[in-house]
Amino acid sequence: MRAFDYVRATDTREAVRLLADDPEASCLAGGTTQLDLMKDGVLQPPRLIDITRLPLHGIERRDESLHVGALVTMEELAADTTVAERLPMVRESLLLGASVQLRNMATIGGNLLQRTRCRYFRDPTVPECNKRAPGSGCAAVQGAARMHAVLGASERCIALHASDLAVALVALDALVHIQGPTGSRTVPLTEFYLTADVSPERETVLEHAELITGVEIPLPPPAARSGYLKVRDRTSYEFALASAAVQLVLDDGTILEARVALGGVGTKPWRAHAAEHLLTGAPATTATFTEAAEATMQDAWTVPGTAFKVPLARRTLVRELQTVSGVTA
Amino acid sequence: MTRVTNASRRDTDDLPAVIERVVTLTVNGRPHTLRLDTRVTLLDALRDRLGLTGTKKGCDQGACGACTVHLDGRRVLACLTLAAQAEGRDVTTIEGVSGTDGHPHPVQQAFMEHDGFQCGFCTPGQIMSAMALMAEGRTGSDEEIREFMSGNLCRCGAYPNIVAAIREAAARGGHDARL
Ligand SMILES: Cc1cc2nc3c(=O)[nH]c(=O)nc-3n(C[C@H](O)[C@H](O)[C@H](O)COP(=O)(O)OP(=O)(O)OC[C@H]3O[C@@H](n4cnc5c(N)ncnc54)[C@H](O)[C@@H]3O)c2cc1C
Ligand code: FES
Ligand code: FES
Repeated sequence: MRAFDYVRATDTREAVRLLADDPEASCLAGGTTQLDLMKDGVLQPPRLIDITRLPLHGIERRDESLHVGALVTMEELAADTTVAERLPMVRESLLLGASVQLRNMATIGGNLLQRTRCRYFRDPTVPECNKRAPGSGCAAVQGAARMHAVLGASERCIALHASDLAVALVALDALVHIQGPTGSRTVPLTEFYLTADVSPERETVLEHAELITGVEIPLPPPAARSGYLKVRDRTSYEFALASAAVQLVLDDGTILEARVALGGVGTKPWRAHAAEHLLTGAPATTATFTEAAEATMQDAWTVPGTAFKVPLARRTLVRELQTVSGVTA
Repeated sequence: MTRVTNASRRDTDDLPAVIERVVTLTVNGRPHTLRLDTRVTLLDALRDRLGLTGTKKGCDQGACGACTVHLDGRRVLACLTLAAQAEGRDVTTIEGVSGTDGHPHPVQQAFMEHDGFQCGFCTPGQIMSAMALMAEGRTGSDEEIREFMSGNLCRCGAYPNIVAAIREAAARGGHDARL
């Protein structure tokens, strides 16, 4: 690991200034992505700004939205009473991710910004990686692909965005609050991520020296039902092969409102607008669910190792639509 | 921890090879002031500088749980925590869990009675995790124990006995056990 200077910031504006002063500095939250990739030699910042002591640890309910500080941990958010009562999909996506030890360290801001687990990205001895070295190619496309993406993917890059939480949050139209050297801005999470077929090397709209200060989650209507299904190679402590976040408002067998996002398949957390469009106003039946799932996966771009994900993701979504609606016919 | 890679570096690398920092760590109730390379993890500081080798290094990348310690009473991975990040926090390691009278902690006792190990390498991490599990109130069923202990891998596959040990420690009132 390359030597680095460690600076502990105590004030958000100071942290932003420290980052702005050094174009190569990185911030350190829970460290579960950052230190991991520094050990691998993928990230080599000369300076780490530890932001964990910044006053961004609160969870606050304001009317019908939940404001979550960027440094709230995954375990803390999962334990929140509003989350338990009103946001079951968020709670499930948190508790099905990583392990308790990691969730005690990992922050909400860091979770949204976690980097891909693609083994070629994580190994700097592999020369071809358009994320690490723009223009060098993509070793995964020709190589051993499995835990890779099929939506927002192309021969340029098939790296998966592996967050579970972000899948639930894109479905809910969460907002990201950002503070930078020139002020604050708010970006909808659905517009926060860029896809790897467009820009493998740039994953989000966040600029250098911009900090996520918090996430705002609009609370669903009380009549909404929701859930998160994660399908993986082992029962626990594993990344998703496919996952589905579903929220429905039903009235007498008709779907009044649908929110759907998929994980384990996209180069970004994948909001399934096409599925929502088909579901809204339609009868809650397995035929409708199947049509919605097919529409979502129709633009998939696969390599031999990832072809299985198309039917898997379809079935995952149909299953979760059935579970949330209670309709299996 | 240092690895040689062919990753591109700045040509004008004006950083010194080592950057040090004085860090005060409170481990098992005792403060220690150390001069450490900023790269030193809590795990390496415990093992190599404080001689507390009970905390194990398995993967060194957050995947196995062998390095589990408590930070302000919560279980975390010492291999992905910089020593500097633990400053001002209470660190508890396996060396700090037995009673002042030298008696093992009830969870340690239960692991011995149920043979919750084979080679023993994962055991300190399992015990630190199990103590936290009880404090978290997640010992309601074997299924719950397995799910919330899933961050601790055991190469020897001692899982059934580990679950049995935790079940018993919880039944004996482990919720009130010292954390
Ligand atoms: C073994 C293992 C298993 C895992 N399994 C899962 C899983 O199943 N599901 C899942 O969703 N995740 C999983 N993860 C990923 C984990 O959730 C993320 O690593 C974690 O959420 C990152 O948060 P952090 O606070 O540790 O971020 P850090 O590692 O500290 O930071 C991550 C990145 O974000 C930047 N950053 C952090 N906070 C901010 C901020 N507020 N503003 C601007 N930039 C910031 C950092 O500079 C860094 O580049 C797993 C990780 C490991 C190691
Ligand atoms: S050594 Fe820390 S998780 Fe394996
Ligand atoms: S007892 Fe050998 S690894 Fe668990």
